[in-house]
Amino acid sequence: MRVQLFVTCLVNSLYPNVGKATVALLERAGYQVEFPVDQTCCGQPAYNGGFDTEAQAQTKQTLDVLDATEGPIVVPSGSCAAMLIHHSPELVADDPRYRLKAERVAARTRELTQFLVEDAGYEPATTDCGGCTATYHASCHALRGLGIREQPKALLDAAGVDRVELEGEDECCGFGGLFSIEAPEVSGAMMNTKIDRIEASGADVVVGVDVSCLMNIGGGLRRRNSSVVTKHLAEILAGDVV
Amino acid sequence: MTFRERIQGAFAEGVPIAIDRGARGHYEHRLEAAAAFPQMEVMRDRARRIRAEVIAELDVHLRRFADSVIRNGGSVFFAADAAEANEYIVNLAREEGVTRAVKVKSMLTEEIRLNDALAAAGVEAVETDLGEFIVQLAGERPSHIIAPVLHKDRYQIGELFAEKLGVDYTDDPGTLNDIARTYLRKRFLTAEMGISGANFAVAEDGAIALVTNEGNGRLCTTVPRIHVAVVGMERLVRDREDLAVMFEVLARSATGQALSTYTNIVTGPRRSGEPDGPDQFHVVIVDNGRSATLGSEVAEILYCIRCGACLNACPVYRHVGGHAYGSVYPGPIGKVLTPSLFGLEEWHELPATSSLCGACQEVCPVRIDIPSLLVELRRRSTGTVPAGVRRGLAAYAGVTTRPWLFRLVTRLATWVGKLWSRDGWMRRVPVLRGWTEERDLPAPAPETFHDWWRKRGA
Repeated sequence: MRVQLFVTCLVNSLYPNVGKATVALLERAGYQVEFPVDQTCCGQPAYNGGFDTEAQAQTKQTLDVLDATEGPIVVPSGSCAAMLIHHSPELVADDPRYRLKAERVAARTRELTQFLVEDAGYEPATTDCGGCTATYHASCHALRGLGIREQPKALLDAAGVDRVELEGEDECCGFGGLFSIEAPEVSGAMMNTKIDRIEASGADVVVGVDVSCLMNIGGGLRRRNSSVVTKHLAEILAGDVV
Repeated sequence: MTFRERIQGAFAEGVPIAIDRGARGHYEHRLEAAAAFPQMEVMRDRARRIRAEVIAELDVHLRRFADSVIRNGGSVFFAADAAEANEYIVNLAREEGVTRAVKVKSMLTEEIRLNDALAAAGVEAVETDLGEFIVQLAGERPSHIIAPVLHKDRYQIGELFAEKLGVDYTDDPGTLNDIARTYLRKRFLTAEMGISGANFAVAEDGAIALVTNEGNGRLCTTVPRIHVAVVGMERLVRDREDLAVMFEVLARSATGQALSTYTNIVTGPRRSGEPDGPDQFHVVIVDNGRSATLGSEVAEILYCIRCGACLNACPVYRHVGGHAYGSVYPGPIGKVLTPSLFGLEEWHELPATSSLCGACQEVCPVRIDIPSLLVELRRRSTGTVPAGVRRGLAAYAGVTTRPWLFRLVTRLATWVGKLWSRDGWMRRVPVLRGWTEERDLPAPAPETFHDWWRKRGA
C-alpha cells in the first residue's frame, strides 16, 4: 500500500534525519513511501500569527500537491498534522474548490505515531538506543489537537527502550512559534521549567513527536551545556543510537 | 508599560512561587474532581449548550430576567458602561444615606472600579471575601479571578494584618482567619448596603445565584437593608434546571469541589412574613463592551462562567502571575476578554503572548475554544507585529508557494550551517535575537530531505 510522506519544512531543512527515519519505519511496516516533491510548508506559522493571506497561499499550495496523490498522508509532526486536519479546511472554507480539497486531505492525514499504532498495527523492532534512558515530552498540538497521549510511549515501551516518566509531561515547552521570538522571556521561562524537569528525570534523551518543540528544548539544553539530547520518536524506533 | 515590560518586571522581582504552586494546586484538584465525576464531560457539553443558547438570544433572556426581577419587587438598571453603573449605585447610596457597604467578591465590580467610585462619594465599601479583603487592605488588585490573593503567602499576610489592623504578627492561617472574621463581623452588622456580583442570573424567575466558600455572600445579601447585585449582561441562564447544570461544572472546574460551601439563591427583597432579607433589591446589569463583543467574531468568550480553571492550567499564567497582564482579567480568558471589552489596539499584546498550547480549552467547563479566539484577535492586529516578523512571513510565503524556489533556497541555506554553525548549532543569530537570547538555534542540516530523497531515487 502506498503512503504519502509530508515531511514538513522544519524536518526538510533542520532535521532531515527524522524524515529518513520516518521513511525507514514506514517501509519496515510494509508501505511504499512516496514523497510529493512540490511540498513546502503547511502554513502553520502564518496561520498561528493571524496572517491569513500568507497562510491561505501556503495551504492552497500544500492542498494542490497533496490532493493530487493517493493513500494516507503521513506527517512526522503533530502540529503540522493538526494544521492539515483542523485549520486548512477552516482557512479555505469560503472557497468551494479548495474546501473540498481540504476536506479530502484532512481525512487522509495522519500523524506518524498515530498511523503506526492505530492504522498499521506496527510492532517496533527492539532497540536499546545505545543503552539510553528516555523520557517523553507530549507536544501540545499532538496531544490536544489529535489526542496523541499514549501511542508514542507505547511504541517506546514496545521497542524495549528504558523509559522514565517526565513530571509535567503535558505542559507546553514554551515554543509556540512566533511567541518564542516575540515574548522570549516567558517563552524561555516555560522552556527552563521543562528542561529542569527533563534533567531531574534522569533521562539522557528526551523524545517527542514534533521537531518544533524538540528544537526549542534542544536549544535550551545545549545553551546549558546539558548532556541530555533530543530525538524524534522516529529516530529512536528506526534504531538511531543516542 | 507594555505586557512584555511587565513580564520582565515580574521576573526581575521574582514571581512569587505561591502563584505557580497555588494555580497548580487548583488545577490538580480540578483533575481529581473531574475524574471522580463520571458525568463531567457530558455536563460540560450541556453547560456549553446552555450558555450558547442563552448568548444567541441574549436580548430575549435579558428582558425576561428584568421583568422577573421587577415582578419580585426589585429594581433593574441597565448600565451601558462602568460610569453609568457606578453613578447609579453612588446615587442610590446618597439618596439612602448609605455610608457603609459590605461587598461579596465580584470581578465585575473590580472591572468597573466600583470601590473607587464609592470611596470618592464618601462610602466605605469593605470587601468581605477573605482574599479580596487582604487585597483591599494591601491596596492591590486581585491576581486571580477566584483566588484574588494567590500572589501572597501567609507571612506577607501576617505582616499586612499587623501593619493595617494593629494586631500582633502571626502567620498562623487559623489565627489570621479569626482576625479577619472579627474585623468583618462588625462591618456586616453595621453596613447599610450589601453589594454582590452574580455567578448566574436566572431569566425565568429573576433569581441571582451566588457561590462562596465563606458564607459572606449570605451575610452581605441578607443583613444590610439594601442589596445591590451588579450583574454582567451575559451572566444569564434560562431557568433553575439550567442553573443546576452550571453548578455541576462551576465549582469542580474552579476549586475541585463538587459544590461550593455556600450556594445562595436570592430572589428579591424581603416579602411580608419573611424573617430576613433586605428592604430593597437593585439589579444593575452592566454592558461595558459586552454588546460589542456579542456582535464580534469572539462572541464565544461570553460563554465564560469565571471559574478560573484556564488560569490554573495556563503555563504563561503560572510563570508570570496575574498582575503582569495589567488587566482585571488575567490568564487565557483575560487575553480574549480584555481586548474584546476594552479595545484591541491597547491590549493587542495579550493575545500575542500565547504559545497556543490549548491547556485552557482542555479544562474550560463550557469548552470555549480559546486558542482559536486568540488567533482571531491576532488576525485583527497583524499591524502590531514587528515589521521584521511580518516581512519574514511574507517572504517565506513567497518562497513556499514556489516549490522550485523552496528547493533552491533550502539548498542554499545548508551553507549557513556549513559556514556558521558549531556541531549543527548557532549561538547568536541577529535576526532571531528573541530566540537566541534564551537558547541555541539548530542550523540547517548539510543536506535537505528533498535532496536526499532525489539522490535516493537516482
